[in-house]
Parts: sequence; structure tokens; C-alpha cells
Amino acid sequence: MYLINFQSKNFITKFVGFLFLLFLIFLPFIMKAPYIKHVFIMVFIYAIVAESWNILSGYTGQFSLGNAMFFGLGAYTSSILLIKYNINPWIGMIIGGLIAATFGIIIGSPVFRLRSHYFVIATLAINEIVMVIFLNWEYVNGARGLDLPLLPDSFKNMTFLYNKDGFYFISLAFLLFVTYIIYKIITSKIGYYFKTIKGEEDAASSIGINTVRYKLVAISITAFFTAAAGTIYAQYMLYIDPAMVLSSMLSIKIVLIAALGGVSTLFGPIIGAFILIPIIEFTRVFFGGAGQGFDLLIYGILVMLIALFRPFGLITLFKPGKNSQ
Amino acid sequence: MTLLQILVQALVNGLLIGCLYAMISIGLTLIWGTMEIINFAHGEFLMMGLYLAFWLFTLFAIDPLYSLPIVVLVFFGAGVLFYKFVLKLLVHRSLFPQVLATFGLGLIFQALALFFWSPNYRLVRGNILKGNFQIAGIWIGIPELVTSSFCVTAMVVLFYFLNQTRTGRAIRATTLNKEAAALVGIDIERIYILVVALGISLVGFAGGLLANFYYIYPRVGGNFAALAYVVVCIGGFGSTTGALMGGLLLGVVTSIAGIINPAFKYAAVFLVYLIVVLIKPTGLKGW
Amino acid sequence: MSLLKVEGLTKSFGGLIANNNIDLEVEKGMVLGLIGPNGAGKTTFFNCISGVYKINKGNIFFEGKKVTGFSPDRMCRLGITRTFQVVKIAEKMSVLDYVMAGAFCRTWNTAIAKKIALETLAFVEFNLYEKRNYLMKELTLSGKKAVQIASTLATKPKLLLLDEAMAGLNKKEQEEAIALILKIRDTGITLIVVEHVMEIIMSIADRIMVVNSGKKIAYDIPEKVANNTEVIKAYLGG
Repeated sequence: MYLINFQSKNFITKFVGFLFLLFLIFLPFIMKAPYIKHVFIMVFIYAIVAESWNILSGYTGQFSLGNAMFFGLGAYTSSILLIKYNINPWIGMIIGGLIAATFGIIIGSPVFRLRSHYFVIATLAINEIVMVIFLNWEYVNGARGLDLPLLPDSFKNMTFLYNKDGFYFISLAFLLFVTYIIYKIITSKIGYYFKTIKGEEDAASSIGINTVRYKLVAISITAFFTAAAGTIYAQYMLYIDPAMVLSSMLSIKIVLIAALGGVSTLFGPIIGAFILIPIIEFTRVFFGGAGQGFDLLIYGILVMLIALFRPFGLITLFKPGKNSQ
Repeated sequence: MTLLQILVQALVNGLLIGCLYAMISIGLTLIWGTMEIINFAHGEFLMMGLYLAFWLFTLFAIDPLYSLPIVVLVFFGAGVLFYKFVLKLLVHRSLFPQVLATFGLGLIFQALALFFWSPNYRLVRGNILKGNFQIAGIWIGIPELVTSSFCVTAMVVLFYFLNQTRTGRAIRATTLNKEAAALVGIDIERIYILVVALGISLVGFAGGLLANFYYIYPRVGGNFAALAYVVVCIGGFGSTTGALMGGLLLGVVTSIAGIINPAFKYAAVFLVYLIVVLIKPTGLKGW
Repeated sequence: MSLLKVEGLTKSFGGLIANNNIDLEVEKGMVLGLIGPNGAGKTTFFNCISGVYKINKGNIFFEGKKVTGFSPDRMCRLGITRTFQVVKIAEKMSVLDYVMAGAFCRTWNTAIAKKIALETLAFVEFNLYEKRNYLMKELTLSGKKAVQIASTLATKPKLLLLDEAMAGLNKKEQEEAIALILKIRDTGITLIVVEHVMEIIMSIADRIMVVNSGKKIAYDIPEKVANNTEVIKAYLGG
């Protein structure tokens, strides 16, 4: 819907976007600094996760504060499968996605019949519990986390030990892929149903929409892609622990990115990631140890400001009239 | 110890800690019930309560037991400010800004605590409440016992207030139906201020009590908040009796599950949550 | 075979019986007016037939098939749909998108859904076709009501329940609404219309059913209902 506005709005926007994409593709060859590539990889991964969040929460209106649980489920599934059963990370990624989607359906089923408020808190509560379970679970090494095995470098192994270019392109490609899929979804029947559910649930069922079913569809899609991003993250970092991939801080970060860029718009989450992630990364670097408190402070203030003044994203600066709510 | 003794010990421990869980959750459910705002900074308020009691003890040698009234009063005022500067702006907004704003506030609290007081764990030592004793082979910690008794007393007073006084009934009326309450002449804004101040002072109360025997650090709010949300889900949004039931239930569940396997404690919480939500999605006493 | 057959429909809320043992047969192509004093149970009846409420006793048959207990979306796919007294629409969606959501009831293809939606908007008039890219919240009340009707029409219903379509409209808008209702009837859709304005109901209904305190107290052609003593008593009280 808003994508259509974007397009008809101007050719310039599309052109700039295309140039930016070209820039991203050639970046690794222009800027060799590994740290820059690292930041971009993080941007891409978070963009994927924020885009996925948008399906369930932005478009369908089921606000989730616990998407980290899908991310962590994906990361842990593929990692455990690799460590204990030698299963290829790409396959592990698919399995992780399916497990996350199933999990989403399990937790969604009882709560989707109720008002949205119940779902929000359910996601928060369950996210917390899942993290604590993993913290105490020996099978996944609890709080000590998992060290991933160092496979030989290859695309097939999703492993690149000496050069960040591999993950740079994998995450960028996956981001483009997910964005494309989301675009196809929101312009399809499913997408229209999502938006109607968000708009007015009672009316939605009277015009033929099985709201519970479609909410479950939304949560499965969101869970799947979020989990897949988790696998990429795990393979890139080669170490994961519950605090990194399952915490509610991560869940909030996801929401914040989507919120900053523009909830329920196609490119909003991506914009949000490009703005917020570099800020977070650089703050951490420049404020060192004391950065612990300081970057949280920036975070918190940013979150409150967005909430109070521009809850639906920076994109509203470009589209006046969308900001009333 | 015999199996029976172990179970009874777990039950006792569970009930004791459950009172505290309930106390922490009551403020949350009250604010939700009247204003329909979920306070995502709730855990951080608890954390602030812990730190306040700690510093009153460390800097001014006021025992946490005696500083309790001070803490409650301070938090009452904090609640009023919280309403005036944050919640008031959020009442008419949708879910999204509400969540973000209160969560953001919580982050700011955490950040300030980290910045001023460092991530180091603190503990109140040498305070009045300490030690334990045995009854019929069951160990009971004195801090836990006193804390729970205070919580129960506070809840009894609260229930009396909500059910038997005019103001209390006004609060309940607002919880059930805002428009109707306004139509019969209840000043909704005054109710809001009161409820928020009350809710925050209750969580401050809990923090002040917890300070007697629990570790204090900037992120401590997180665990308790998580449990509080589950308690509210299980008990029913807006229901104070539900919060009590949910708190006790979770206290007992975590305690007994802890005997089987410490790792299992929170998985058990999840299971209980799922079961309750499947049977009665709006919570035991919710609507 | 009648299009809709309701047998002994009873719906209660706790101790309050909102619909008490109501029988009804609606023939295809008919316009049935449903009237009664405030609180008589008209909207409850709609909610029961459209699947929003589960009834406590009785049965509902649609085209001969038993549909008791079916959910609203399932009812819609079978051909029963309804509008809401207090307009329920998605404020931030555009007119076109919302009506397309209705059209998707019958297809998976976006282009086809768009075509159906545009045709429906043109049919409903009220300037909706011109305003198809407006957000719903930008419309006036009559516009929103028209969109509500358009979205239900896009689902290609066989039976359409209109709950107080006229409420809040001025005289001119009411005339347009009546014209629309008759136009809908002319396409073969059966209608049950709840309305408070007597002249309107009398002029468009083939039959009128009167409910009072949950019970059906009359069912007849308009002239006979107007002279029915029990009906008059129900409205005037005493």
C-alpha cells in the first residue's frame, strides 16, 4: 500500500534507492575495513528481523515484544544441530525456521482469540521464560553458551573465518530476499487480510476473514524469517548465549528499529536499522566500559521520544497526515 | 529429610515467596485495570525501591524495616510524577506508544542505576531481619517470614480499601467501566493519579522489603518483572485477587519445580502459564 | 425452500433472555424489515444469524443447510454478511483496499479482487469511486456507511443484514441510502433491514417482523403490522 505511494510519488526515490543498493553491493570492494563490514552485516541482520517483525506487528497489528525468542530458537536450533549432529547450517536454518514457526503457532493459538493487549504481554512473558529456560538448560550449555565448530570456509558451510565479505553478501542477499517476499505478501490476499485484521477485527470476520487463522499465518511467517536470521547471526558470530540471542533487550531493539523507520511500511524497518545500528555500535566503541550505562541511556531516551512524538516512524516525516494516533 | 518434609518445605518456601510475587504484581494489575496501560517499567521501579532502601541503610544507617514508610512515601510521590509526566500523555494513545514509552523509561532507570551505582551486586548486611528457625523440621527464614507477613497485611488492607471504602469502590468502578464511572460523577483523573501512586508505592513497598535479603543490581528488575507479567496474565488483568492467587501459585510452582531440577523452575512457570491461558485465556479471575 | 430458516432461536446472557424462541422464514429476493423498541433484541438477532453469537437453543438453516454455530467468516463465505450499527471499519485503510478485502472472499487473485471492488464502489455510488484512495477516516459518516455496505457487497452475499443503515444520516443521504437498498434488492440479494424510521421501513419492506423484549410479536405485510394492536402497544407502552 505505502509502497505504491512511494512509487507513484517519485521516480527519484526509486532511483536513489537503486543507487544505494549498488553502493551496498560494491561497498566491500571499496572499504576494506573489517569493522565497517561488521557494522553493515549487523545492519542487514537486524533489518531482516525488523522486517519480519513488521509482518506480525506492523501489518497485522499483533504487537510482539518477544521476537527475540524466535531469533534465539533459530540460532540455537541450527547451532545444536551442527554441533551435536553435524547437520549443515543451511538445513539447520530451515529446521530452525520451522520450529520457530511451530512455536509461534503454539503460543498464538490460545491468545489470538483475545484482544491485542493479551498478546503483547504473552510475548513478553514467554520471551522471558524461554530465555531463563535456556539459561538453565544443560543440553544447550546454559549460561556458558555455545561455541560453534570452525568448519572449512565455504558458502555451503555458511562459514567464512578470515573474511567478512561472505557474510556481508549472504546477509544482504537474504535481506533483499525477505523484503521481496514481504512485498509479495502484502500485495496479496493474505496481506490485505492482515491489514483488515489490524484495522477492525470484528468487521474483518464479517467480511469473510478467519482472523485467528490469519494471525497464525502472520506469526509463522514472522517466526520463520526471524529464526533464519538467527542462524546467520550464529554462524557469523560463532558463539551464542541466551543473553545475546534471547533477551527482551533484543526484542525491544527490534521494535525500536521498526518504529524508528516506520511501522507497517515496506522500507521503514530497513531505514531504521541503517540509522540505529550504527549509532549503537559506535556508541559502544567510543564510550568503552562506561558505555554500558550510556548507550542504554541513549536507547531509553530515544525510545521515549519516538513513543511520545513519532511512534509510527521517521517515515511519517515524508508522509504528512499519517502521524495522527 | 523425608519426601513429605521436602515437599512441605518447598510449599512453605513457595507460599512465602509467592506473597512477594503477588505484592509486586498487584501494582501492575491495578494500573492496567484502571488505565489499560501495561507499565513496562515496573521491574525498574522495583529495582529503584531496592536501591533506595539500600542507600538509606548504607548512608544513613536506617534499617530497611524502619525505612519502609519512607520508601513508600517517596514512591507514592514518584507515582504521582509518573502519572503526570508519562502516563497522562499515554492514556489516549494506542498500545504501541504506551509500550515503547514505559519501556523506554525503564531503560533510562536502568541506565542511570548502572551509571551512578555500577553493575556491582549489593547486599544489605547487618540489618535486623536475619536468621532462620525451625518448626516441626521445616526451616523458615526470618526475613522471608516477616516480608511475607507484611505483604499479606498490606494486601488485606488494600482489599479492605478497595471493597469497603468509597474511594476504593470508585476505583473498582473505573476499572469495570470508565464511561459509566464518569457518568456517575467519579473524577476519573483523580482516580488515575491515585491508582498510579498506589501501584507504584506498592512496588516500592515490595522493593523495600526485598532489600532485607536479596541481591541488588541494576538488572534485578528484569526477573521479577517477567514473573509479574506472568502472574498478571494468570490472575487476570485488573484483578487484585487474581494477582494474589497467581503470585502464590507461581511461588509454589517455582519452589516445587526447583526441587526436581533448578533448571526446570521456569519451564514449569511456562507450563502453568500455557495451561491457564488455554483453559481461561483472560486469566483465572479476569474478564 | 426458503433462503433462511430460523427455528426456535434463543439467546440468553446470564439471566437475561435477549432472543426468545424466534421462528422465521425468509424467502429469496425478499426485503424483510425488522423493527421493535430499543432493547428488543434486534442487533442480538443479527449477531446470532451472522455467527457472532453462539445461540443457546434452536437452529439456523441457510439454503436448507444447517449452519447453527458457524463462525462469522464461515457464514460470510456461505453468503450471509452484515453491517454494524456503530460503523466498524478500518480507519487507516483506503476505501479501495478495504473493499478489496471483502472481494478477496471469493478469489485469491489481486487483480480480480480489485476489479470486483471497483465495480462495487461504482455500484454503491456515494462518490466512493472517486474517493477510492481516500483513507476511511477521511470520510463522512454517510461515506463510511456506504463503504461498509460496499465491503459486504464485495463478498457477493446472498443475504445481507443491514443494522440501522439510516442512523445519523440527513434526509438527502437517507434517500440515497434507500435507493441503494432497493438497487441491491434488484440484483437478487435478499435483505433483512433493521430500521427505526417507520416510513422508510414501510416503503421498502415486503414483510415486517416485530420483536419486543426478545419475542417475535408480529410478522406480516407492512400495512397489517402498522395496524397490529400489540405492535402499537409495544411502541407506545402500557
